[in-house]
Amino acid sequence: MATPLVSIENVDMRYGGPEGTLAVSGLDLKINRGEFVAVVGPSGCGKSTLMKLTTGLHIPQSGTVIVANSQVTKPVSIVGMAFQNPTMLPWRTTLENILLPLEIVERHRHRLRAHKADYIAKAEALLETVGLKGFGEKFPWQLSGGMQQRANLCRALIHEPELLMLDEPFGALDAFTREELWCVIRDLHASQDVTIALVTHDLRESVFLADKVVVMSARPGRIISEHVVPFERPRQLDLLYEPAFNEMVQKLHGEIATARAAA
Amino acid sequence: MTTTQIAPPVATAPKPAFKLNWVQLSPVLYTIGLFVIWEIGVRLSGLPHTIFPTPTRVFEAIVQYWSPIWKNSLQTLYTTVLGFIIAIVAGLGIGLFIGWSKTIYAGLYPIMVGFNAIPKVALVPILVIWFGIGTVPAVLTAFLISFFPIVVNVATGLATIEPETEDVLRALGAKKLDIMLKVGIPRSMPYFFGSLKVAITLAFVGSVVSETVASNSGLGNMMASAQSNFNVPLVFAGLLMLAIEGIVMYALMAWVEKRMTGWAHRSTMSN
Repeated sequence: MATPLVSIENVDMRYGGPEGTLAVSGLDLKINRGEFVAVVGPSGCGKSTLMKLTTGLHIPQSGTVIVANSQVTKPVSIVGMAFQNPTMLPWRTTLENILLPLEIVERHRHRLRAHKADYIAKAEALLETVGLKGFGEKFPWQLSGGMQQRANLCRALIHEPELLMLDEPFGALDAFTREELWCVIRDLHASQDVTIALVTHDLRESVFLADKVVVMSARPGRIISEHVVPFERPRQLDLLYEPAFNEMVQKLHGEIATARAAA
Repeated sequence: MTTTQIAPPVATAPKPAFKLNWVQLSPVLYTIGLFVIWEIGVRLSGLPHTIFPTPTRVFEAIVQYWSPIWKNSLQTLYTTVLGFIIAIVAGLGIGLFIGWSKTIYAGLYPIMVGFNAIPKVALVPILVIWFGIGTVPAVLTAFLISFFPIVVNVATGLATIEPETEDVLRALGAKKLDIMLKVGIPRSMPYFFGSLKVAITLAFVGSVVSETVASNSGLGNMMASAQSNFNVPLVFAGLLMLAIEGIVMYALMAWVEKRMTGWAHRSTMSN
C-alpha cells in the first residue's frame, strides 16, 4: 500500500502552556490518498484541533504529523479549508472571493495576472459543479446561507488542494439544503482527485459521505475506533432510510454516548 | 387556441399625484422652525440683543460684517481641514500599526486613551510656546483632537478579523502582510470612513479653541474680539458660520463614506 497522505502519530497537543488544557493525547490517524474520512465524537473532543494540526496551523508538542511525505512544521498550502461560517469577504464578489486563495498560494500568485482568464474559467466551472452557475458576479451577502456555503466549497477547492478539510460545513443549514450539499460533496469527491477529511456532529452525514468514520474520545481526544463504511458508491439519498445504514448510525451513536459518559 | 378573452391582470397605474416628500423636506422645515421659535422667544422675553440677539439681528450682522466673516470662515476652514488631513494620514498610519499585532494593541491602547483624556485646550499654550501664535497651533490642535477616533476605529477594524478567515488564509501559507492587505485593511475601511464623520466635527472644535486662545485670525479669534466689544450678534454670526461649515463637511464625509464602502451598507436580506 502506498504511503498515506496524512499520517498523525502519537500526537499530544496542549493549549496555553504546560499547565493548559490537553486537547488531544496519543492521537493516531492515517488518511490515504483519495480517501474520504469523517471524524465524529462528543463535543470538545479536539476535532477542530485535529484539523489545525493537519493543516499546520498548530504544531504539536510531541508526536509527528506528516502530510504528503514531509513533516508539518508550518502551514501546508496543499490544503483547502471550509468552516461552518462561510467567512466570505463582503467587499468582494463571489467570484473574487473564490479566487482569493490564488492570490495567496505561492504556486499561483505569480501566475494569476497573466492567466487571469484561465483561472476565472476554472472558478466558473467550479461554480457550475456546485450549482451556482451565473452567481459569480453577485456579492456573497446577496446569496442565501446554503449558496454561500457552496461558494465556500469552491473557494476551498480553487487551488486544487490535495486535501480538503471540512469543519462542520453544513452545521448551520436546514435539513434539505444540507442533504443537497451532501450530494454536492459526494459528486466533488467522485469527480475530482481529492482527499477529504470531514469533521462533523452529524452521524448520518458521516456515514453517508465517508469511506471511513473515525470516532474520537472525550477530551483529551484520541481515536477510539475506526469503521469502514461498507456501502457501495455512488450512494443515493435513499440509502439514509435503509436498515443497514441506520444500524451503523446507531452503533456510532452508542460509541459516542459511551465516550461521553466516560468523560 | 381558444378565443376566450382574459382581462389583462394589470392594475391601472396610479396617477402621479403631486405629493410632498415630508421626509426630504423635514430638515429644512425643522431648521426654519428652530429659527422662528428662537425669534419669537427672544422678542417675547424682551432680552436685549447684547445678551441674546434674534436670528434676524444675527443675519443682519452677517450681512454687515460679511467681509471679515468670510475671510475668517475661510481661515477656520483651512486650519480645520489641514489638521483633519494630517489626522487622517497619522490616524491611518498609527491605526494600522496598533492593529497589526495584539501585543502592540495591548501596549499602546492605554497610552492612547490617556492621551485622549487630556483636554486639548490645555495643550494650546504648549503649542504656542513651540510654534508661536497663529495658524500652526490651530492646525495642530485640530489634528490632535481629531486623530484619536480615526486611530481607534482603524485599529479595531484590524484587530477584529474573524479567526476562521485568518485560519483559511494562514493554512494557504499567507503571511501577516497578505492577511492585512487582503482582509484587514479592506475590512477596517467602513470603520475608518465612519470615524471621519466624528473626526471632522472634533477638528472644528480643536481649531476654534486654538484660534480663540492664541490667534489673530479665524472665526474663534473673530468671536473673541466681538465678545470683548459686546458685539453679541457678531458672536452668534460666527457660531452660525461654524455650524454651517460643520454640516457641510459632515455631509461630505458621509457621502465619501457611502461612496467608498457601499458594501457595508448592504440590505439585511441575508446575514
